[in-house]
Parts: sequence; C-alpha cells; structure tokens
Amino acid sequence: MRFDPVLLSRDAEGLFWMARYLERVENLARLIEVTQSFESPGYERDAWFGLIRINADEKNFAERGFSPDADHVKRFYLLDKGNPTSVQANLEEARTNARTLRPLMSTEMWRQLNVFHRFASHIKPADLEGDALSRLCTALKDGVQAHTGITEGTFYRDQGWYFYELGRLVERADQTTRMLDIKYTAILPRDGEEKRVAELTQWNAVLRAAAGYHAFKRLTGPSFSAEDVVHYLLRDPSSARSVLLCVRRAEAHLDDLRRIYGLSQAWEAMEVAEYLRELLLEKPLSHILAIGLHDYLDIVQIHIQKLAGAIGRAFFRDWRPAPIAAPSSQSQSQSQGPAEVTT
Amino acid sequence: MNQISAWPDYDAGRYFCELTRQRDDAGPVPGWLIQRLERIGMADLRARAAAAETELIDLGVTFTVYSDATAIDRILPFDCIPRILTHGEWELLERACIQRVKALNLFLGDIYGPAKIVRDGIVPGELIFGNANYRPEMKDFPVPHGTYVHVCGIDIIRDEFGDFRVLEDNARTPSGVSYVVENRHLMLRAFPDLMAGIRLRPVDDYGRRLRAAMSEIAPGGLDDPQVVLLSPGIYNSAYFEHVFLAREMGVPLVQGSDLIVEDERVYMRTISGLRPVHTIYRRLNDDFLDPAVFRPESALGVAGLIGAWKAGNVAIANAVGTGVADDKAVYAYMPRIIKYYLGEEPLIKNVETHICREPEGLQYTLDNLDKLVIKPVGESGGYGITIGPRASAAQLEAARAALLADPDNWISQPMIGLSVAPTLGEDGIGPRHLDLRPFIVTGKESWVLPGGLTRVAMKQGSLIVNSSQGGGSKDTWVLAEDFSPEVLP
Repeated sequence: MRFDPVLLSRDAEGLFWMARYLERVENLARLIEVTQSFESPGYERDAWFGLIRINADEKNFAERGFSPDADHVKRFYLLDKGNPTSVQANLEEARTNARTLRPLMSTEMWRQLNVFHRFASHIKPADLEGDALSRLCTALKDGVQAHTGITEGTFYRDQGWYFYELGRLVERADQTTRMLDIKYTAILPRDGEEKRVAELTQWNAVLRAAAGYHAFKRLTGPSFSAEDVVHYLLRDPSSARSVLLCVRRAEAHLDDLRRIYGLSQAWEAMEVAEYLRELLLEKPLSHILAIGLHDYLDIVQIHIQKLAGAIGRAFFRDWRPAPIAAPSSQSQSQSQGPAEVTT
Repeated sequence: MNQISAWPDYDAGRYFCELTRQRDDAGPVPGWLIQRLERIGMADLRARAAAAETELIDLGVTFTVYSDATAIDRILPFDCIPRILTHGEWELLERACIQRVKALNLFLGDIYGPAKIVRDGIVPGELIFGNANYRPEMKDFPVPHGTYVHVCGIDIIRDEFGDFRVLEDNARTPSGVSYVVENRHLMLRAFPDLMAGIRLRPVDDYGRRLRAAMSEIAPGGLDDPQVVLLSPGIYNSAYFEHVFLAREMGVPLVQGSDLIVEDERVYMRTISGLRPVHTIYRRLNDDFLDPAVFRPESALGVAGLIGAWKAGNVAIANAVGTGVADDKAVYAYMPRIIKYYLGEEPLIKNVETHICREPEGLQYTLDNLDKLVIKPVGESGGYGITIGPRASAAQLEAARAALLADPDNWISQPMIGLSVAPTLGEDGIGPRHLDLRPFIVTGKESWVLPGGLTRVAMKQGSLIVNSSQGGGSKDTWVLAEDFSPEVLP
C-alpha cells in the first residue's frame, strides 16, 4: 500500500472553513442564549441590539432592512438566509464546503451534517418565541456538538484533520472574546446592592454560555470578581473555550504540520500564534480591565484574524496564480476564486 | 402467463415482464422473490421503501435538476423490487458490450487515423468530419492500447419478445454507475430478507477495476501513477457520482482550479506544493477541458491540458473526441461498423433506425410519423423526443416542421414495447417500463460491471426512464452461475 496522503490546498481551505462555520453556529446559539438571559423588562431592545454590536453587524443589520428590536435581531441571526452571519448562512456554507470535501470525510460526518442542515432549514418564526428559543439554541448546540463528536470519532488524522482543528480553534478563540465582550453591552442598574446582584447574574450567564459555570465555581468558590471570569475565559489554560487554550493548541498543530509533514511554511503562522500568546499573558488583568476590556478584546480579535490570514497565506493561497482582479481581503470569510497574493 | 397468483391485479399485458416471465436458467428465484415480497406485505414494503428513500436523502445520494434558474437536489427514486437477469442473459449482454466497445475503439482509431471506413464507403464522411463532436486535434494522435472509450455506458432495452436491443451508446462521460453500487447497498440494508440465500454477481469491484484501467493508460514507466478525478464541481448534476468514484478509486477529486500545466506537465496544487498528475479521469465535456484549445471562457478546465496530453505526459479518460462515435446518427451505422472491423454480426442488434439525412429515411419518417419515435441526434437525457403513437396532432405537426427544417438533425425508430417489471406505485404493484445501462471499463482489456443501471419509468405507461424526467432505478440482480436453488429457504 502506498501511504502518501495528498491534500489539495483547496481541500485544506475547505476543512478549515467548514470547521469555522460550524463553530460559529454553536457560538451564535450560545450568544443568543446569554442575550436572552440579559433581557430585563423594558430593556429587551438594548440587550438584543448588544448582540449586533459585538458581532459588528450594525451595517449589515440595517441593510437587510431590519429594525433594532428583539424579534428582528432573532430573525436576523436565526432565520435570515441572506444574512451572511446567520445560523442559516453559516450552515449553508459549512455544507457547501462539506460537499467539496466528501471524499475526505466519513459518511457519518456527511450524513449528520446533511440532516442537521435540513433541520435548521425548517426553523420557523414560532421557534424563536418565549421558551422555544432556548430549546432551539440547545438543538443547534447539540447539532454542532454531534458533528464535533462524530469528527473526533471517525475523521482520519492526517494533515486535513489539522486544518479542520485549526479552523475550529481560531473561530472558538474569536467567539470567546465576543462572549466576554457581550457582558459590556448589558444594562446594569445604577448602583447599590441591586447592581451587585445584577452583575453577578450577568457574569454567571456569560459563564453558562461558555459552558464554564461548573468548572469556574469549583475553582473560585461562591464569591468571585470580574477579573476571575476574564481570567477563566481568556487565560485559563484548562478552560475548554479559553482563548489561551485555543491559541496554544493551534500553535501545537502548526508545529506538528511543520515537524511531521515537513511543512516549513507554517513558521509565519507560528510566529503570529506566539505573539498572540504573549499578548494574552503579558499584562496583569487588573491593568487590562483598568484600560478597558473592550479595546483589549479588539486587539486580540485582530491578531486572531492575523493568525487565520497567515495560515491561509502559507497553505491555501500563495500557490495560486496572480489574480485578475484583487478581491476584498476580508479575512473573516472564505475566499472565492483566486485569492490575493500578498508580497 | 403474465399473471401472478400473489398479485391478481398485476398484468404486464403484451410486454415482456422481467420478473414473471419464466427463463430456464432462473431457477425458482422469481417465484420465491414474489413469495418473499408477499411475506413482507404491502404495508411493510411501503414503510421500508420510504425509509430507504429517506436514507438516500440523508446520505446525499442525489443528483441536481436544473429548471430555469433553480437547482434542486433530488434523489433518484428507488424501487425496491429488483430486476433479475439470469446467468445466460448476462453472458450474452457482457459479450455484446465488449464487442461493441471494441468496435467503437477501432472506429475512433480509424477515423482519427487513416479513415479507411470512410474510404471504403461504409460510413459517409460528412457524418464524421462534419460532426460537431469530431475533434481535429485528435487526428493522428495515438492513444495507449488504442482505447478511446475507457468508460462506456450502453443503453439496452428489451422488446416484446424478450430480445435485447441496443438503444444508444454513451461514449463520452456516461453517468449512473454510482447508483448501481448504492442501490445494492441499500437493498442489503433495507431488504436482507428479500436477498437471503440468493447468490448474485457482486458490484463492489468497480472502483478497483476503474483505478486499474486508469493506471494502465498512464504515461509509461510508472509503477504507481497519480490518478485524479476531474469534476466540474458541486454544481454539476452528477457531482455525487464524482465523489463516489473518487472515493472508490481512492484518488483525489480535483477541479480545474486545482490543476496547473507547466512545461507540458500537469500538476495539482497541494499544501506541500505542486504534485505531478499522470491520469485524469475527467467528468467534464471536451468543450470545457482546455480553454486554450476549446471554449476560451471555460473556467472549469485547465489551460494547456491538451498540450500536455499530446506531449505524452498525461492520460485523459475518456479520450477527447469520442462524442463522434456515440452520436445518434453514427449509431445507425453501428451494425455495419461492427461487421467492418470485427467481421462479426452484432451480438445484440440495434433498434431499426431511419436516418433522416438520407432521403429515403426522411420520406419513411414523414410518411409514418404517428408510428415512430422521432429523436434529435445531438440531444441526451430524453429531451426533444416525440413519441408518434402518443403525440397529439399538433405535436406531430411540430415534429414534421422540425424534421423538414433540418432533416440532418433527426432519426426515427419504430416504437418498441419496452419490457416491464413489477414496481411499487401509489396504487400497488404494477408493471413499469425499464431499460438497462451496463458499464464497461477498458484499459488494456474490457471489463463489464455485472448488471448495470436499471432505469424505470415510475409513471404507469410512461416510456421515459431518464432521471432528469422522473425516472427511477432498481437494483439489478445478475444471478450467479453456481446459483443452487436447493439452498433457498
């Protein structure tokens, strides 16, 4: 038997993006759940518009003809096929990538994705109302987690798997920063005990959305500070969705690609990952919180995008012939056709 | 004769029934099959058939239908009652298919070479050299083992007497083989009780055989040539099949953008740089293969591919220019072509065909419009066909006008009473018309996949079996030679 796995650059890119799109679906479901818990009487609108803000979707939202109320935001993310940041669009993109990747995927992966896609295409406006919304979010999370589990159990671990993992880690890191950011869009009572309790409730909601509530409580006990939560989601090397954990694993994967598969061009991405790791650890959190978490998270997000860009340049793009017309260099979505050649 | 005791309402009428017509070498299988279907019962049969179709959707075993601007993924409707071919029937079919492919390859080698068949006056030159599918680029370019048609699908029907007839040759990029294999898997999963103890010729060997043929035609001296499957991509209606074949062969599924030609060599773009490619099984029409030679606007192909091929650095299957051999007008000459090259009579005859480019053919067709099936020579997929006996006066007049406007574009054939087989319809089990497309793989030698794709017109009385027009498929059982009836429960 010949054992010489060939991975087309297009397929590497497809795997990377399939994983990203699916991770986005799961995180969007998480963000929607936490947003619902931030709803307080009279302030529903602000809570839901916060979701638009942390995703930097203001322009897109307005252009799609929506107005900033709770119903519209939910529809925008859960039903609107024309919104590229919706669950529908992300799943469509994931499935389109999966179709190109079918010879590489297990039948079980493809089947589950196909069935999940069909489930999501049947989401109705009624599923967005009241208690149904939380069930829907659970179903969406379940769908992605089933995908992740089937992938873990069936996907062949060659270079392709590394690109799949890199996509997932990059997206998860990015989404966790948004989950933290959303706390700062939430409305708080002016002061006093009421404020203290509301703050606690909101942090708990963020932790729940990040699936970290129990582990966090086990670590910190009943009383905790904002700094503790930020630490847990940004820096805790054991917290499953922390940015640091994602970056470290991405770095290790890049190193494997370099060592095991001789792909020395991984170096640039490794340097970005290393810088990102330093960025996450260098300053005390008290300092970051004092300067402003939101601005700090912006910088982290920019570097996560740089990491994705470096992976793309090294493996998906450089080989392509010079483009006829330079497309937009939006690094947050998959390139269509020849990508930009950066020199 | 055509009545089955278990289904008193089943009546195949004047048609040959593939299940109930007793053949000497079928043993007791048809009877047992009917008993087993009875034992399963109509309700369970329906439930299992529905579950099987859901499974096809879940697995994405689909093709895409384009109508206007919309593209819809559809499954090929699956009928759970298999079509049976006996060992003897299959032996004839297999030999006939190999004979036909051999003649097609010799014909192509000749017309792209000395063209003796034209000079000897067997086939009119304008039919070949004036044919839109004739590729002058192929002139005097020898192909390995003289094989042009590496994958061939031959459409075969059965008339009222049970005689097989070739309806059409598909020598370009015939599709459907994936359904042969998927249908068998589906039957094994959903109807194990129907198949228990019946020894069938297996269909699992296709990928290995295809891969072997692709290696045999690769440029010389390579132990393990790099084979790829070139697909137009996910928007192609046969994309599922491309995935299937790439998987079964264990080769990369590439698109035009994955390949690049440098110094007349073909490479694919991988994460570790350019890797050489030696054989391309392409599922792309000639026109789209190389924008530098054919359609300049094609983004699906690879610039320089034909140059690399002609330099002998890559093999392409099927060869460019095979479309001239499966043309419906050339089809009419196939019996003479077989005789010319092989000195043999066709083992399976053509359907009698009137060539409207010839004055007597046109006249006969115009005189008998209401009795004939009138077909355009350049179309596939069952499009543009007028079935005389079933056409309205207006449709017949339209056909007449089209014939007179461009006689060269038409042939006509007598209406054949296509054989039928019991099929599960909305109102129970009834006879439905069907055909058969065996697949022949040729590198050095030809090999025929046992059985082939049985396409069935799901509508009562319909003769159109094409998947693009509502046809479905059945699992095709070729009974093994050593089939021993005693072991059947």
